[in-house]
Amino acid sequence: MAITTTKSAFRKGLKDAAPFVLVIIPFSSLFGILATEAGLSVFETLAFSVVVIAGAAQFTALQLMQEHAPTAIVLASALAVNLRMAMYSASLTPYIGAAPLWQRAFAAYMTVDQSYVCAMAQYEKEPQMTIPQRMSYFFGCVTPVVPMWYLFTLIGALLGAQIPQSWALDFALPITFLAMIAPMFRTPAHVIAAVVASVAGLLTAGVPYSLGLILAGLAGMLAGARAELWLEKRSVKHSEGAA
Amino acid sequence: MIENIDRTTLWIVILGLGIGSFGLRFVFTGLVGDREMPEWLLRHLRYTAVAILPALVAPQVIWPAATNGQPDLPRISAAAAALVVGIMTKNVLLAIISGAVTLYTLLWLLG
Repeated sequence: MAITTTKSAFRKGLKDAAPFVLVIIPFSSLFGILATEAGLSVFETLAFSVVVIAGAAQFTALQLMQEHAPTAIVLASALAVNLRMAMYSASLTPYIGAAPLWQRAFAAYMTVDQSYVCAMAQYEKEPQMTIPQRMSYFFGCVTPVVPMWYLFTLIGALLGAQIPQSWALDFALPITFLAMIAPMFRTPAHVIAAVVASVAGLLTAGVPYSLGLILAGLAGMLAGARAELWLEKRSVKHSEGAA
Repeated sequence: MIENIDRTTLWIVILGLGIGSFGLRFVFTGLVGDREMPEWLLRHLRYTAVAILPALVAPQVIWPAATNGQPDLPRISAAAAALVVGIMTKNVLLAIISGAVTLYTLLWLLG
């Protein structure tokens, strides 16, 4: 279904992002549970999710506070985990940079892994979308994700520690991320970027403050860009040879 | 437990992390806006999603925190199932379900 109006863009975003609800629910509940277990009140736990909306960074901050790390280290580590958001922001800019400032600010607050991946996949698939359509699509993607993030943080906080560890909720996140990336492997360059980044992610897992993630991400992006140039050059050569 | 956690520290962390995260998310869309970005930069940015997410996930798959970093057959299989089904069907929901079913089946069998 091609997008023809801003309204249909919003609806398509809503529909495309709907599966993420399956992940947001366990992940945000888990934060609610762990935060209240760690001694935060229900209000503090909910405020954490509303102000920050970044699962991995919230878990990192919580963990470090429990270890009584210095405040500066807590902030620096959690922000390092979130550094990828700056990369998301950069890669969204060519698509939505021309939108009104208030819309960009609103979108920035709600830029999370799910809304970013959902929007990018669509922008790449239909490059002819207008700016208002892209923004509507983005807000469509956000609609099933962000309110659920708040709601299930609250429910997790209220349920507290009643959910057994054997439910393996920890693994909801890796599974979803893999499910989200798989359809994005459109060219060999995308596959090369992902493989290099995964290997680099394993090699740099010991680098402190999650900076290994940024290094591995950069390695993957470099590999993807190099592969793209190389593949372009090769296809030019091939078509010249054919002529 | 952090019942003795300093409330001031907690709120500094919440607000600092909120402002800092917003800054990271807004730095390019907000400040660069519709100015042209150089082609070499765009070429690298195209691979942001397919690089960062696998880099984030790979260590969690191989060394899951829930098993204290011990490689775990159900988790590795679940990750493989989600990836393979995702690549084959391009259907995110189906990939998530395949991963979850694999995870719970193996956790139950090996329980």
